Amino acid sequence: FRIMAGKVKWVTDIEKSVLINNFEKRGWIQVAENEDWNFYWMSVQTIRNVFSVETGYRLSDDQIVNHFPNHYELTRKDLMVKNIKRYRKELEKEGSPLAEKDENGKYIYLDFVPVTFMLPADYNLFVEEFRKNPSSTWIMKPCGKAQGKGIFLINKLSQIKKWSRDSKTSSFVSQSSKEAYVISLYINNPLLIGGKKFDLRLYVLVSTYRPLRCYMYKLGFCRFCTVKYTPSTSELDNMFVHLTNVAIQKHGDDYNHIHGGKWTVSNLRLYLESTRGKEVTNKLFDEIHWIIVQSLKAVAPVMNNDKHCFECYGYDIIIDDKLKPWLIEVKVFFFSLLYVNASPSLTSSTANDRILKYNLINDTLNIAVPNGEIPDCKWNKSPPKEVLGNYEVLYDEEMAQSDGTDRDLRGRPGQSPGVKGSRARDSGKPVLTTWK
Amino acid sequence: AMLDPDRGLSLTIARVVQRLQGSSLHSQLERQARVSLHKPEIKLESLKEDIKDFLKTSGWEKKLQNAVYSELNVFPSPCHPAAPPEHIKEPLAYMRKAQGSWEKRILKSLNSMCTELNIPLAQKRPVNEQKELLNKWNEMGTDEPDLSLFRPVYAPKDFLEVLMNLRNPNYENGEQPSFRNHLGLIQVPLKVKDIPELKEDFSELGLNIGQLGIDDSAQVPPEFFENEHVRVGQKVLAEQDSAAAQQYVRQGCPTALRADLWALILNISNQPEDILYYEQLKSNVIQHNLLVDSLIYKDVKLTASNDDYYFVFEDYLYQVLLCFSRDTSVLEHFTYSSATPPKSYIQGKLGMEEYAVFYPPNGVIPFHGFSMYVAPLCFLYHEPSKLYQIFREMYVRFFFRLHSISSHPSGIVSLCLLFETLLQTHLPQLFYHLREIGAQPLRISFKWMVRAFSGYLATDQLLLLWDRILGYNSLEILAVLAAAVFAFRAVNLMEVTSLAAAEAVLADLSTLKVMPLLQIFLFATVT
Repeated sequence: FRIMAGKVKWVTDIEKSVLINNFEKRGWIQVAENEDWNFYWMSVQTIRNVFSVETGYRLSDDQIVNHFPNHYELTRKDLMVKNIKRYRKELEKEGSPLAEKDENGKYIYLDFVPVTFMLPADYNLFVEEFRKNPSSTWIMKPCGKAQGKGIFLINKLSQIKKWSRDSKTSSFVSQSSKEAYVISLYINNPLLIGGKKFDLRLYVLVSTYRPLRCYMYKLGFCRFCTVKYTPSTSELDNMFVHLTNVAIQKHGDDYNHIHGGKWTVSNLRLYLESTRGKEVTNKLFDEIHWIIVQSLKAVAPVMNNDKHCFECYGYDIIIDDKLKPWLIEVKVFFFSLLYVNASPSLTSSTANDRILKYNLINDTLNIAVPNGEIPDCKWNKSPPKEVLGNYEVLYDEEMAQSDGTDRDLRGRPGQSPGVKGSRARDSGKPVLTTWK
Repeated sequence: AMLDPDRGLSLTIARVVQRLQGSSLHSQLERQARVSLHKPEIKLESLKEDIKDFLKTSGWEKKLQNAVYSELNVFPSPCHPAAPPEHIKEPLAYMRKAQGSWEKRILKSLNSMCTELNIPLAQKRPVNEQKELLNKWNEMGTDEPDLSLFRPVYAPKDFLEVLMNLRNPNYENGEQPSFRNHLGLIQVPLKVKDIPELKEDFSELGLNIGQLGIDDSAQVPPEFFENEHVRVGQKVLAEQDSAAAQQYVRQGCPTALRADLWALILNISNQPEDILYYEQLKSNVIQHNLLVDSLIYKDVKLTASNDDYYFVFEDYLYQVLLCFSRDTSVLEHFTYSSATPPKSYIQGKLGMEEYAVFYPPNGVIPFHGFSMYVAPLCFLYHEPSKLYQIFREMYVRFFFRLHSISSHPSGIVSLCLLFETLLQTHLPQLFYHLREIGAQPLRISFKWMVRAFSGYLATDQLLLLWDRILGYNSLEILAVLAAAVFAFRAVNLMEVTSLAAAEAVLADLSTLKVMPLLQIFLFATVT
């Protein structure tokens, strides 16, 4: 047998102080990649290598990594949409009430991703949809890039001619993942606050996909556009207006280094409760929790649920003016920080940012590596409530299944921490939802 | 001479009647009464009674009640009928004099900025500029005018220096400091309340009474207090009773009801004529450029734009404050304010009264941080004309007292003295220690009180505090909170050895929960 004594040995290929400080404060010991390590915080490139067929890497029971091998099923725009569409069809096939549709053929509970097509593969399907609403605007996003790079808006078919398979004028675009695009219906009626457009960034930690156990970080935030939003077409070219991605906003003249154009989710809640009322606000937040869990359920069947893995995601959500949340994208957490330091002219966004990320990593480590001790992957991945920090249980499939028969518990806050989203009240106040 | 109560009452009635006569409410009541004549229940033989009943059941009597209540809240009770108008503004002569000198200084500063920069106080905008501004009305925040040459006319600390030098010429301030002397910065003998009196005044904040901000926290089941409180709040709103609302909010407003409750207390209903009035102000802004506009821009850029909570509402702040500067109805509040609006003269006609105008038109010169009075309201009201009216009413009821020199119990001088007295009486060790190291507590807390804590507290906490300002129709709670904050951080403060270090201990109030602090200070501290 193995003696599980000693301090956790860590490796990382991301030289960020918010990360390293967290390891050091736990008294963990830094080692090199080729040595015996217990915890490896990897970049996405590294995880690709670790789990690739060629390297034949075998992780032992006392080793943990911060990515699932095929996380891209969720974090690549085209695959996320593909998995959600597949999930919906499956539910429909088995006659699940979740897949119920309304009189227009739209899913009642599962219509949370804006209509999306892959290009060039679905070009013809896209054209069909486009023609139904020729005045609509669509947003083109490259599958393989981040930080708002390569994104543009179109409102005329001619603008995306080169993705047409039948196009004679341009050469056939290669199928490599770098060139593939997704095109989504642009949400041109976003909820505006102070006349400004914003999106929501929420952090979600997944410790296992089957059974699904996920946590939501209570301290999410809204990212505001620095320029006033107008849906007019003349503004289509102004990326500052339309994209709320911080990397783009940072270069706008109005970017503010103190608050970084960000609001906490609790501010959003206070504003919505004060101006719209409590019921619709609670409903909105319930829906947000719902769509996050559904997206995870959608990819759960295809995820390599390796027991050595956990992962933290950044969910980008836009709320429209009818208070309906839309899932735009899921990013691997930490991606943004990675790029931020790549260019010397971009310093870490704001002081608040650094503090948030430091605390996020801290709470994540407390859940993923219990007691800060050498991990044992055979553990049940069920941390006690006290270590959650700023996380709260979003969905715990095991608990949900065991509680399914017990209707009584629904009325009592805090009773079933996993089932319907706990009722944490200091920041947001998610009311127990009425999920099946 | 004490005023005989009956005389006082009839004077008050006369004043309220005079104020409401000719108001739009008056004409609406008349119209309603006339319309009711067609109703079957109105009979000729009992005309007066029937109309009165009709007005009652249709809710119009309640509207009148609310209007009367509003007048009583805002205007001070009349003193002796023979008292001159300036006594209503400020009864103490030395205070009036000090306010006058302060105003002269401000105006001088404004005029010299005007001369230096060679910019007129007011100017008509050329037509193309008017058009541009109209297009940009909803996003003035994206404008980047060159404001580098403008400076705020004054900052709170300048004002504090003036207050520190206030002296009552009738009061013998002996050379020897004795235990009877006040050791703080304010050296005028105004009457301020002690804790037993405050406990009585703020009795609804007591330990055995439910509060929002305490009894709605995560650990407390909502059945204990919160649910019932919300139910009562909804009932108060349904009844549309200002007085009941004012009583209710002493225990805090549920977030979803706050906007409506405050509007009810302030008697703001956003009628079409109010919206029209706001639009008129907006067109004034479009047509004329005022020097104070640049001061407003600068203030917003320096304060609200950098605030974690309020930066989002930058554009709304311009839309409110630029209109506010042009709103001559604000001049009414000078009858009960110790301040007097500055006068300016058309060029070349200095001293000629017929060429005098108030400048700015509303008589209020903004200072550094002024925009922070508006910012928190943006969390409640997103319709510009309503936001505007709420702010204007808050200003003429409360905020004006925070930057004028008067003896009023809610005036900044009294608040400062109240703060210092509370501290000196109940935390003498702390007070002496801070004084010894050159960190007079008021130097730190002054800016909190002048801004009514806006920008220092988290927004949800600030709104809970302002609930109580409205509920008690008094600003004294600001001084009590300031003292409570010092009490809370007393341990750390005892260890500092410089003003800078003391400032650092008190730099960040964003995590404070105001209601527990107030409750503990008033009700759970040994006196």
